[in-house]
Amino acid sequence: MHWKPIEKPAGRTKWTANLEDYDKARAAFSWEDVGRELMPQGTAHINIAHIAADRHAEAGGERVALRIVDRSFNVETISYGALRDLTDRFADAIRRLGVPRGEVVASLIGRTPAFYIAALGTLKAGAVFCPLFAAFGPEPLRQRLSIARARALVTTPALYRRKVASVRAGLPDLRYVLCTEEEAIPEGCIPLWRILDAAETGLPVVRTAPQDPALLHFTSGTTGRPKAAIQPHGAILAQYASSRFALDLRPEDRFWCTADPGWVTGTAYGIVGPLSVGATLVVDTEPFDAARWYRILEAERISVWYTSPTAIRMLMRAGDALPRERDLSALRFAASVGEPLNPEAVVWGLETLGLPFHDTWWQTETGAIMIANYAATEIRPGSMGRPLPGIEAAILHRVGGRVEPIRAPDQEGELALRVGWPSMFTGYLNDPESYARCFADGWYLSGDLARRDADGYFWFVGRGDDLIKTSGHLVGPFEVESALLEHPAVAEAGVIGKPDAIAGQIVKAFVCLRPGNIGTEELRRQLLAHTRRRLGPAVAPKEIAFCSALPKTRSGKIMRRLLRAQETGEPAGDTTTLEDPAQGDR
Amino acid sequence: MNTSNAEQLSQLILDTLIAVAPEVDPGALDPDVAFRDQFEIDSVDFLNFVLRLEKQLDRRIPEADFPRLSSLKGCLAYLGDKKT
Repeated sequence: MHWKPIEKPAGRTKWTANLEDYDKARAAFSWEDVGRELMPQGTAHINIAHIAADRHAEAGGERVALRIVDRSFNVETISYGALRDLTDRFADAIRRLGVPRGEVVASLIGRTPAFYIAALGTLKAGAVFCPLFAAFGPEPLRQRLSIARARALVTTPALYRRKVASVRAGLPDLRYVLCTEEEAIPEGCIPLWRILDAAETGLPVVRTAPQDPALLHFTSGTTGRPKAAIQPHGAILAQYASSRFALDLRPEDRFWCTADPGWVTGTAYGIVGPLSVGATLVVDTEPFDAARWYRILEAERISVWYTSPTAIRMLMRAGDALPRERDLSALRFAASVGEPLNPEAVVWGLETLGLPFHDTWWQTETGAIMIANYAATEIRPGSMGRPLPGIEAAILHRVGGRVEPIRAPDQEGELALRVGWPSMFTGYLNDPESYARCFADGWYLSGDLARRDADGYFWFVGRGDDLIKTSGHLVGPFEVESALLEHPAVAEAGVIGKPDAIAGQIVKAFVCLRPGNIGTEELRRQLLAHTRRRLGPAVAPKEIAFCSALPKTRSGKIMRRLLRAQETGEPAGDTTTLEDPAQGDR
Repeated sequence: MNTSNAEQLSQLILDTLIAVAPEVDPGALDPDVAFRDQFEIDSVDFLNFVLRLEKQLDRRIPEADFPRLSSLKGCLAYLGDKKT
């Protein structure tokens, strides 16, 4: 089905977009100019926390940086001045504990003040901040804390007891666990607010270089362990520029990013980008709820909103009556990230909320939005848009160790970016081989398949590997298969993403049982319970099917592509490497 | 609603919950506390829970009412009160 482009005629809004003329903005753009704008005294040293918090505090600390809405809709505000002081204290507190520059401070916490203070405070101290996803189970957390060799962890007593206490003995590097104090502090933990009270403000921010590591974000691999992508302090240049161009943010905006703080969006646009612009961040501590979200959009007078396809589809499902009860007139721009946004959702926004959703594309590895639909330019529903100023994107083919860009329009290939933008990841922690495999001939290879139309708009086609995109989270099938194989009844497991109307994909497992086991409903529930306990609900399968055999290559590798084809009824493609080709027809 | 109806409804809610999140121990569940404060449940799980309740009880539950289903006590009050 063909969707009509959504045009943006001149004079459509009372405001002028930050990026009004796409071609002109691209032609005039330089990263040096962005550097001068943010750091007039030079960019030899650049610290994210200084630019995001202190710079605005120096210019007048009364302006509000954060408005945190709690479960009962009470709002706690933190001014830029208070944010500077609290993050000063955090930096001083971890220095006193003995977390040296370059060491990792992890967080396992929801969207509460402690998260924002810990993130920016860690960066001020020159340490590296690593947010973890609070819906992970103990095993994924143990693995990630261990890979990061985290020296300190910021969490809550409840999360610590549920997920960390049982695995702490296996984490010798984890010296300090700082707990918020809404409940009694568990044994072996340090009260966070008490040590912040005892710490000092006004110590100088550590002078970090643009390439010094600032953040670690975990991302899933198709095989083996998760990878920790390193983001440097200089990334803030791209996060600032993209907040202005792709999110059209300015200082007077009330900005709501609904992303979980455990993923890259939660830091890049949940903290750094919008604060670097000087906007006010609105934060909801609670999980998704349709009625609650419309109430927040109205009560908080949200002007710019950045959310996910899964959330938008849940809002669509909730119907049009809820938004009609609310005054959403403050909202002037809405954008989406996490997985491709279907055209129905783009158009639903226009018809129901009065403004379309603007899809954006980027990855943990890119550190900032790379491709977007813009406030002042035509939206092609279903397209991820066009590259930002300063970003060169291409579709290419891998040929051996080299690549060949495809110049003709509408051809499928791998989406790639020309190396050299400031937020590009500088490595996977302790994994130079995986890092090297991401590059060829001066291009970063995204692993996403896409095509580009004749006018330069990019269209997502699929993943080039077996990774699963569920509710905006990237899940590696290997991690789920490994957890299933731990169960004594399981002989083999193959895990795929099954298309889902709300979540994009859901995690589905195909399981072969060991002899003597029968695939009963009882066993299915046991396996579900086992994986949910171990991995948490965001990673564990939502569906488990029993089967007598899994399609495998002659070398014994599970062909997840065939499981996917079997699930969706799509053609299986090349099956010549299949161990038993008859299985491909099941 | 009489006692036996309430017990039946409570059992049905717990069965539905366990179908979505089988790791939950119904005996240890505090009826007054929100589900998500007692065990791990994501928004897709919660939606599946409500969809299954709709099917079991053969009634439509509008999204605006979802927050009322966030605990066992809330479910009992809401589902026991509004008869279809």
